[in-house]
Amino acid sequence: MSWEGCIRRERNDQTMTTALKGIGASPGIAIARVFSLSSERYIPVRTTVTDTQQEVARFREAVAVARKEIEAIRISAEEKLGAEKAEIFEGHLMLLEDPDLIDAIIEKIGIESVCAEFALYEVSQSFIELLQSMEDELLRGRAVDIEDVSGRVMSRLRGVPHMDLANLTEECVIIARDLTPSDTAQLNLHVVRGFITEVGSRTSHSAIMARSLEIPAIVGAGALVRDIPEHAMVVVDANEGIVLVNPAADELAAYQEKKRKDDVRRSELAKLKDQPSLSADGKRVELAANIGKLEDIQRAIDNGAEGIGLFRTEFLYMGRSSLPTEEEQFTSYKYALEKMNPKPVVIRTLDIGGDKELPYMELPKETNPFLGQRALRLCLDRQDLFRTQLRALLRASTYGNLKIMFPMIAVLEELVEAKKLLEEEQQKLLAEGVAVSEAIEVGMMVEIPAAAVSADLFAPEVDFFSIGTNDLIQYTMAADRMNETVAYLYQPWHPSLLRLIRMVITAAEKEGKWVGMCGEMAGEQAAIPLLLGLGLHEFSMSAGSILSARELIGQLNQAEWAAHAEQALTMRSTQEITQFVEFIRNGVTK
Amino acid sequence: MVSQTFTIVNPTGFHVRPTKTFVQTASTFPCKVSVINKGKKVNGKSSLSMLTLGIAAKEEVTLEIDGEQEEQALETLGKLLTEIHE
Repeated sequence: MSWEGCIRRERNDQTMTTALKGIGASPGIAIARVFSLSSERYIPVRTTVTDTQQEVARFREAVAVARKEIEAIRISAEEKLGAEKAEIFEGHLMLLEDPDLIDAIIEKIGIESVCAEFALYEVSQSFIELLQSMEDELLRGRAVDIEDVSGRVMSRLRGVPHMDLANLTEECVIIARDLTPSDTAQLNLHVVRGFITEVGSRTSHSAIMARSLEIPAIVGAGALVRDIPEHAMVVVDANEGIVLVNPAADELAAYQEKKRKDDVRRSELAKLKDQPSLSADGKRVELAANIGKLEDIQRAIDNGAEGIGLFRTEFLYMGRSSLPTEEEQFTSYKYALEKMNPKPVVIRTLDIGGDKELPYMELPKETNPFLGQRALRLCLDRQDLFRTQLRALLRASTYGNLKIMFPMIAVLEELVEAKKLLEEEQQKLLAEGVAVSEAIEVGMMVEIPAAAVSADLFAPEVDFFSIGTNDLIQYTMAADRMNETVAYLYQPWHPSLLRLIRMVITAAEKEGKWVGMCGEMAGEQAAIPLLLGLGLHEFSMSAGSILSARELIGQLNQAEWAAHAEQALTMRSTQEITQFVEFIRNGVTK
Repeated sequence: MVSQTFTIVNPTGFHVRPTKTFVQTASTFPCKVSVINKGKKVNGKSSLSMLTLGIAAKEEVTLEIDGEQEEQALETLGKLLTEIHE
């Protein structure tokens, strides 16, 4: 037996604690006894039948019964999980009508004179194997749908009952090879504390369901889960992706305490999801999400984002062989705006060139790409592609709360030129009779020190600034952030950076404009107090950081931190500033 | 017979949901609907076969439609291929 990835410890009472590792698919901690779901697939033997017509009739009848059962599950899933989650069963009903599946089985019965069980097994198995061999993880996961549906028809053909998880009455953690959609839809949530599966990934059906049911789950824990004895006590720590089997009394007690704290913290953070982001003294800020593809939007919403603070549009241009059309871009922007509406979506125009290459554009190699023809510099030169993007943005603007942001601006003329092109495209569209929103805000990234120190020159010309700290730091320090030998210069807290941030905010406030930050710094717990003190209005970060940032801001007094920030600006080094902030933070929490 | 090639815009490719809509719509037409992607041709009225194509975002998909109402089917189904699906 292989015990790879597994730790065993001898204990006095001769029982052992086993630890397994898997993928934490839905966070939380569960502690309960195990219920294992048998997953052995019935493999029929090839039996010849003489009356193939009767065999086909038997098959059709089993399909009809299965359809009724699935329809019943669909209705109960809709009540329990909502229409969206119940949709999967519409897919199952479609499988029962799929010509390439059902007709193929009937054909096989007729041509080969085999029993319905065998024909069903062979044909569905061939599709299962085809799907399981696919590169795409999501499609591989679809094999479980065919297993689910064909297993149900098989049970009907054989006249055996189909396992129903709705009948569980004791608290348990379910262990299975994988959970089918009909398994998860029927879970009795009053007793099922969590589950562990042998196969699967974060995107497999069982993982998605666990997240929406909000029960802790570990998937892909491997073949070792089969060795977990029935009714064994298990701890499922889905935060860490760990399963403890037969934990010792002290371990169990420690986990019970950990679970209690985890549950409290989880419900505290969940409460903040739809709350405004307010400091302890009532100053309102906005917490937004950075996204790089359309699929990220749902995650932003789930994590309580008050907007999209940075929508990178590069994904539209990469991984293809030609420029995206206006129509393709329009469809994507419209989707994002509609999905977030009325919350704002800051869409950044193309930030390509330099190190981010688009092979089909055949851009010349540059010796110093980070100081070369990047982003807006390229767009102003290649106006054809820039105008296409602007038109798509303008057309989409009527579908939500659009804000357009230009990256990599160093001098005022660049901003003026970009705005001129935007205005020209807007006039053209209006002349064509295409509606354009009148409320589009236009802003710029601040990532070049030249723009930061002369923010007062830009402020009258923009509706907002968004500070891109990653680039601003590397340009301010003249240190390549990928070069480890100068990594020590990557200092977000350095007085020079804080002063630049301060200059931008002061210049904006004079003109009544707002300032956001969409670099990594905005989501860092340690940086948030000073940024709040400096008067930042919008913090845009990865979706997963939003709720804890909102919690932190709720504990901070903005007026006090404004004074602390003043003091920090006079300090001489990163070290002095971090120690100072730490001292105040600990002082406050004590 | 009519045929036309489309580029998939939907960010997650042409997966379960879009396939469902496509197959349901295709099934309302009397004509034969074939879907070609990466050199493989399948029945556009079978969601299973459509899924086995593994159509990814930005890929090209050719529709070949033969029979009654083929023009109308091409227009309706082509539109589904170039939309973003929730």
